[in-house]
Amino acid sequence: MAPLIQCDDLWKIYRVGDVEVQALRGLSLTIEQGEFVAIMGSSGSGKSTLMNILGCLDQPTRGRYRLNGVEVGHLRPDQLADIRNRQIGFVFQSFNLIPRTSALENAQLPLFYRGLSLKEQRAMAAAALQRVGLGGREHHFPTQLSGGQQQRVAIARALVTAPSLLLADEPTGNLDTQSSQEIMSILEGLNREGITVILVTHEIDVAAYAHREIVIKDGQVLSDRATKGRSQTVGV
Amino acid sequence: MPAFIWLTVMTALRILGRNRLRAGLTMLGIVIGVAAVIAMVSIGEGAKRAVQAQIATMGTNVIIIFPGVTSASGVRGSQGTAVTLTVSDALDLKKRVPLLVDTGWARRDVMQIVNGNRNWNGPINGISPSYLTIRDWSFTSGGPFTQADLDSAARVALIGQTIVENLFDPGEEPVGATIRIKNVPFRVIGVLAPKGQSAQGSDQDDVIFIPFSTAERKVFGTSFIGSVGTIFGSTDQVEDLPEAVERIREVLRARHRLQGDQNDDFTIRTQVDIGRVQEGTSQTLTMMLFSIASVSLLVGGIGIMNILLVSVTERTREIGVRMAVGAKRRHIVGQFLIEAMTLSLLGGALGIVLGVVGAKLTTVVAGWPTIISSDVIVIAFFFSLVVGLFFGLYPANKAARLNPIEALRYE
Repeated sequence: MAPLIQCDDLWKIYRVGDVEVQALRGLSLTIEQGEFVAIMGSSGSGKSTLMNILGCLDQPTRGRYRLNGVEVGHLRPDQLADIRNRQIGFVFQSFNLIPRTSALENAQLPLFYRGLSLKEQRAMAAAALQRVGLGGREHHFPTQLSGGQQQRVAIARALVTAPSLLLADEPTGNLDTQSSQEIMSILEGLNREGITVILVTHEIDVAAYAHREIVIKDGQVLSDRATKGRSQTVGV
Repeated sequence: MPAFIWLTVMTALRILGRNRLRAGLTMLGIVIGVAAVIAMVSIGEGAKRAVQAQIATMGTNVIIIFPGVTSASGVRGSQGTAVTLTVSDALDLKKRVPLLVDTGWARRDVMQIVNGNRNWNGPINGISPSYLTIRDWSFTSGGPFTQADLDSAARVALIGQTIVENLFDPGEEPVGATIRIKNVPFRVIGVLAPKGQSAQGSDQDDVIFIPFSTAERKVFGTSFIGSVGTIFGSTDQVEDLPEAVERIREVLRARHRLQGDQNDDFTIRTQVDIGRVQEGTSQTLTMMLFSIASVSLLVGGIGIMNILLVSVTERTREIGVRMAVGAKRRHIVGQFLIEAMTLSLLGGALGIVLGVVGAKLTTVVAGWPTIISSDVIVIAFFFSLVVGLFFGLYPANKAARLNPIEALRYE
């Protein structure tokens, strides 16, 4: 079976006025199905650019990116949207819930673009909320939920399409320690169910949940090593 | 797709509901535009219908010939003051203009009419027998003159509704009664069916008809024997009117021995001419309405565009999220177009309601007749849809062109 993610010699070059910025400089990376990976690096290291490319929000200037064995570098925007809709779930640092819209409807959002019937959408979204422990809060608005709960709604939104890849960009960056732990446990649980999780973080103790740690510097992989993962040391 | 449209409409309504004041102000242009058009068109249609009905009361395919004006040392009198038309003109026209189905004539004077202790000052018309047919007069009781009445210059009269009201008690039967015109007793033999106002606004029911021969010999006095006030003619088809008018002009010029450069000593009018004046008025009105409507729909449309542009900016992050979870360009375009159309259609619907109410109020308050046609409602609705679509297109495209990465980072 082909690896879930296979990047070969990825380059991303921006042109800001006359200045050329090389965000990625020939980065190569392979991630197998079911891995839990933490990507670390200082700001400006190119990790955000990498995440955008892995999430099919952006395309590399040069190089090859295969997702599930499919080369996505040359796809049109609508095809990329389809891939994001079916294979990728996003979790953002600032939750990015749609304001004044219930938890259920936020979790429904990706299904909205799949043309499913309203009934199916509701049932699937409710199940996803159940899965992140928010059963019974379907009709709460984001403002009525705590930060941790909002992030759980966002995870439900990412999960609802049963993606093969979950991309979490600093998911605990806006949360207190306890909420952070809750969120990380959820991600850990999802990984155990077989979803590949890629996590971007600065925080060592958050990165510790992952089984593999990749450090990016100057648009290249600086180090790539297996870690024990928290579940193996502590056990949940 | 239906689920998408349904949900988008619901979302749009919720967003509008959240900013009720803003949505209301945005729609105002469309509301006012549509309401103005509906109200004005209804009033215009009502007026047009009323005028058409008035013109129809003149008769069918009628041609009216007036005498020319007198001119004493270059000072011209009013129309019809000259005595240039005669009974033999009318008879000759019928013979020499085959397009004319019939010709009739009348001479008119205003006189005192008495019935017992009541009196009234009204127009007396001496008329030829064919006059009543040409002008489409009918009777509510009694009937027209007979040939014998004309031949013997009988003292018989037909009276209009206004005369009945002013000379008789309510419920009193006028037919068979005797009234006095200039002290000459006349027997009423018919009451005319009411016609209402003429296209020029005069009361057509304020009228008394007596035989032409009687008028000439016993009422109007003997000066100008054989001259008439007006000659009437009618054709079979409306299309024949212009040619008939030309032929009449030729015959009359020949009979009156007018040289090539002399002006006509008569004026010819047809129903079509009178209708045309009204049509011109209503066209001017329509053009005015059209420009008012265009301007307010334009302003309303710009209002919608403006508010949508604000909305796109405010919701940049939301658009980014939607793109990230798989919204395609057409989904984003669709969402904002549907929002625009929801706004404009709501505005249009409100405008229609307001316009209809306005038109009804005009009927109640000012007493003007109004006709609300379903056509104008459909057109107004359609136009508000088009306005929403057209002015929504730019903001929707702007939203769909956002870069998802930048949109997600937008503060």
